[in-house]
Amino acid sequence: MATYYHRAVQDIKDNGFLSAVTIITIALSILIVSAFALFFTNANNVMNYWGKGVKIMAYLKPEISQKNLPDIKRKIQGIYGIQDVNFISKEEAFKRLKEQMKRQSSILMNLNENPLPDAFEISIIESSQHGEKIEEIATKIESLPSIEDVEYGQKWLERFTNIFDLFRLAGYAMGGIFFMAAVFIVASTIRLVIYTRREEIEIMRLVGASEKFIRGPFYIESIIQGTLGGIIGIAVLFITFKLIASNVDSFKHGLFNICFLSPEFYFGIILGSMFVGWLGCYISLKQFLKA
Amino acid sequence: MIEGKDKSSIIQMFHVHKYYGSKKALVDISLNISKNDFLFISGPSGAGKSTLLKLIYLGEPVSEGQVLVDGMNLSRISRKRIPLLRRKFGIIFQDYKLISTKTVFDNVALVLEASGKKRKFIEKKVRSVLRTVGIEQRINALPPSLSGGEQQRVAVARAVVGVPKIILADEPTGSLDSDSADIILNLLKGFHTQGGTVIVATHDKELIRKAGGRILYLKQGRLLGPTPI
Repeated sequence: MATYYHRAVQDIKDNGFLSAVTIITIALSILIVSAFALFFTNANNVMNYWGKGVKIMAYLKPEISQKNLPDIKRKIQGIYGIQDVNFISKEEAFKRLKEQMKRQSSILMNLNENPLPDAFEISIIESSQHGEKIEEIATKIESLPSIEDVEYGQKWLERFTNIFDLFRLAGYAMGGIFFMAAVFIVASTIRLVIYTRREEIEIMRLVGASEKFIRGPFYIESIIQGTLGGIIGIAVLFITFKLIASNVDSFKHGLFNICFLSPEFYFGIILGSMFVGWLGCYISLKQFLKA
Repeated sequence: MIEGKDKSSIIQMFHVHKYYGSKKALVDISLNISKNDFLFISGPSGAGKSTLLKLIYLGEPVSEGQVLVDGMNLSRISRKRIPLLRRKFGIIFQDYKLISTKTVFDNVALVLEASGKKRKFIEKKVRSVLRTVGIEQRINALPPSLSGGEQQRVAVARAVVGVPKIILADEPTGSLDSDSADIILNLLKGFHTQGGTVIVATHDKELIRKAGGRILYLKQGRLLGPTPI
């Protein structure tokens, strides 16, 4: 193994330019793929954070009397996923509206009667604070006979989720394309190295070298290139991230809780990068180094 | 009839034919080479001497017939066992076949690395062999910077370093002056004295006369048996 490693390192030095091109290509591919991963991770975190603030407003039918309120509240609390239920009378709602519309409050003064309905403000437990679950809870609440309508800001959440899904899809496609490009580049490099060393390989075979002895260093070389490409890609992303994070105010003031990829994630990416190196080499050796 | 049949055979050929397309390179060759033989395969250029050696180390497959080397039937040998077969040989090629980008040391060490020997052992053994062939002072030189005689000595060093059972030499003195040819011949004789089998393909009558081994004569791909020089 030490001999293979020694020969692989020597080959990288001997074919410096080709190796550098391979490492840079892998690094660029990893940079782009992990930049997407970083975006998705943080976008997901932001959505979860926003999702935590989502509350369902359940508006009561006008004919519902006060004495029915404890019963309705109990029914709502009986639905799985509900954390808290607060009654907001139409008077209270009107007062809040006036406070929110300080400058335009004169418009409200001209109203003959309070147009707002009585409502329940419903908060949701943390594990249920995501799109589908919120929608399920809202549907259950809406199906209660005393409830006229429910609102939970679903439209903007849905729109954002749709855009996010579109980006995720684009990310997968880009990841796939860059993965294939990196494999192709590694395979081409190994092919060129095999071509330049075909005489040496022939001599090795003639002196009794096994296929393992001939192929081993190529695999080690590719895995080294994959690892270096992966580390450089992640390092460039990390430096860029730090530079942006230290210059953008909303990051500094904690408006968004933006964080870098987890160690498990970037170790995974480096492992993936090693796999790219190995696969490129495997394809090339299979095609061009027939015994 | 099998030429020189013996109980201690190391190489046997049975009705071997080799064709390149419609061209017959070797026709119905049957021979037996014993352990510790010093055998010359002689004949004019194009007689099939190099082809015969290639069939022995499986540089080429036979078209018909069978070749046995140290108990291995080359017609049935699996691809995985070819390196094991080749480690039985030390091959000296007509064009030396040295790796031009590797030093003299690395060229010779390759054989031991390929058979999985340890670095320390390789270091010691290669130096010792290079000393024996008288080229230790050029240990770090690249082959293109060496003279023909020096390159041939490196080739001999590479052939003997793995302590093979058989040395196959294809025109080992072809392009050398008589002093260099003598050095190579002495190295081959030394290997033979230590119990090795040597097979030399050559049309160099002077070399055959000096060595005094068994001679087989090939003409137009046919084995004509021993012939006086």
